[in-house]
Amino acid sequence: MLDILSDFTLQNVMIGATLLGIISGVLGTFAVLRKQSLLGDTLSHAALPGICIGFLVAGTRSLPFILTGALLAGAAAALVVVFLTRTTRLKTDASLGIALSVFFALGIVLLTMIQNQGNAAQGGLDSFLFGQAAAILRSDLYVMGAITLTAVALVTGLWKEFKLISFDPSYARTLGLPVLALEVLLTTMIALAVVVGLQMVGVILMAAMIIAPAVAARQWTNKLGVMAALSALFGVVSGLVGSVISASATGLSTGPLIVLAASVIVVTSLVFAPETGLLPTALRVRRDKFSLKSRLVLGTIYRLAAEHGDPAYPAEQAMIDAFHRTDTSAVLSRLEQRGLVRSTAHHPEPTPHWVLTPKGLEQAQTPLDQSGETQ
Amino acid sequence: MNAFFNSPDAMIMLTGSLVGIAATLLGTFLILRGSAMLSDAISHSMVFGIIIVWMITGQTSGPIQILGAVLTGLLTVSLTQLLTQTKRVKTDAAIGLVFPVLFSIGVLLINLYARDVHIDAHTVLLGEIGFVWLDAYEIGGVLVPEAVVWMGLMTLINLGFVTLFYKELKLATFDVALAKALGFAPAILTYGLMALLSGTAVAAFDAVGAILFIAFVIVPPSAAYLLTDRLWIMLVAGSAISIASAISGYGFALLFNVSIGGMMALMSGVFFLGCFAFGPRYGLIAQTLRAQARHSENASRTLAVHLFNHEGQTNADEENVAAALREHLHWTPAKAQRTLVKSLDDGLITRSGRRLALTPKGRATAREILEPWAQKEPAP
Repeated sequence: MLDILSDFTLQNVMIGATLLGIISGVLGTFAVLRKQSLLGDTLSHAALPGICIGFLVAGTRSLPFILTGALLAGAAAALVVVFLTRTTRLKTDASLGIALSVFFALGIVLLTMIQNQGNAAQGGLDSFLFGQAAAILRSDLYVMGAITLTAVALVTGLWKEFKLISFDPSYARTLGLPVLALEVLLTTMIALAVVVGLQMVGVILMAAMIIAPAVAARQWTNKLGVMAALSALFGVVSGLVGSVISASATGLSTGPLIVLAASVIVVTSLVFAPETGLLPTALRVRRDKFSLKSRLVLGTIYRLAAEHGDPAYPAEQAMIDAFHRTDTSAVLSRLEQRGLVRSTAHHPEPTPHWVLTPKGLEQAQTPLDQSGETQ
Repeated sequence: MNAFFNSPDAMIMLTGSLVGIAATLLGTFLILRGSAMLSDAISHSMVFGIIIVWMITGQTSGPIQILGAVLTGLLTVSLTQLLTQTKRVKTDAAIGLVFPVLFSIGVLLINLYARDVHIDAHTVLLGEIGFVWLDAYEIGGVLVPEAVVWMGLMTLINLGFVTLFYKELKLATFDVALAKALGFAPAILTYGLMALLSGTAVAAFDAVGAILFIAFVIVPPSAAYLLTDRLWIMLVAGSAISIASAISGYGFALLFNVSIGGMMALMSGVFFLGCFAFGPRYGLIAQTLRAQARHSENASRTLAVHLFNHEGQTNADEENVAAALREHLHWTPAKAQRTLVKSLDDGLITRSGRRLALTPKGRATAREILEPWAQKEPAP
């Protein structure tokens, strides 16, 4: 294991994965909250022509050129989406689809054009489709690191503003904030995240890196700051897991592995998150149902006792069942476990009877809102 | 006949056109319903379906693949809906969560098991329409490319579906609530639409690949949507745009020696741009011209009201002259000039020396604005 970890390529890959996790996690938080999840998909597909143009301009596989091209193409696609949605009667999803497919088609055309030039330097250009983490160079990491740092600095500096336009854009407008400019900035920064992810996961799966960590983080918290931090953490973890598996089992593409790792985190969060998770919610509903039932059964025994003027009145189980029109034995035995009722024999009848214990009597007399029974 | 089916050029253009028509027939309804991005999800998920079916049966195309695709498509849509129904994930995020998972599993399975088969990641994404004529069936002594056979079949099925359920689809698209109230089960229609879309995606797969297929589903219907308000015209115009994209795309691809599928999709984008700019009613130019016409119309009306207000007043000599438009209405000389000429042409005003006066028509225009109630009274 240490052997693998000291491997130079793997070190690069892991640093890259960490950077990607941070930037996509933080920016994905805003994208998901602003219901712009699929914008990440469009921007990442749309980066392809930018990559090709960057390559054509530089004449070689120079990362700064390629990433600048990708960033500009992503920003152009975002503008196309906004422009189409505002000036035509097309809905957002159609605008997203048009920008995605037409930009991607242009990218494919340019890619084949470059390949047909027979330029030896073009090798690895299609690694941007699926990502090829092992091809990341140390110098690439400086570029990716600088971009991540810029993005994180911008988000920290404009935290309050971004928070406001994400949750209440109309209020932000009445405060006189430049909402449109901020929205454009935030959208362009998603293109930054895409740019960092190009080499790691490729243009096609980058959408998942924007969406998945943020959706997972959303399940654990209601606070924006915590969500962004968790989202970054989930992004980093899935990036590391994916790239390490990819490096150890040769032949598996890095991008899909990272995406699958992120998806496992999403499913786990959806099921197990304490507040909103499906499993805790189901358990809570069950407990509430049960506690309501025990309250009702306890009340029945209490009223029977009050009616007969005898706190130790033995109520027959069949009578309680008949009153509630259901089998109450499970509820009664639970009440017994908690020491609220106890079973008793009432000769000559052979059937089970139940009496309130002093604790049960006290509990039954406590008004519902003070009992702490219903959580 | 034989010559036609033996010509690679004709076959490539025919395949492209068939992909375009089949996709447009379904895409039109997706665009109108606002669920266009489901085609993105479905076409990516196909990678998963195709590799699974290949692992089970060893076939890379044909009826079993189409069946597998239908199941994959329904799986994608159901998973998306399942996620949405938990109410913890919004629809768009759900779409963006489901397809990357299926796509990733598909790509990894290709990595692991399908290295040497012709299913490789590249084909999956981009297709190879240039080679469609290589594999052919012999039908009645004529060699017809497999892709043409399957795409033709899917086109016919889609056409049948749309024709047969035209009314139902129309209703379920434009008024879901009414469709439900009338007992049309719009959900079943939606699933039908998705199943056909998946079948079409896999049939189109060898030709154009997963991602370019999205272009054929979304772009031509969107272009057609900017041209017309009638559903059937939208279907026809979308199909025509697809055919034009396929043919011109092939021409340009040969000219520049680039990806044929990519060029066809790119051409559909060019046609979209054309409709966006020159559409008769919703095009950018038509919209701008209409806005301008409204502006100059308003200026004329303002002029009429201005003249009407000062008509017969003591300061009429100073108000009802051309110079007053610049000084009192703060119009630029150019705008004042334009409006005067237009109003004179329209017969709203007359000019005698410096003085401007309203014609009866101009007075009626001003009165219509200032005293709208007066209209209802019968003319004396």
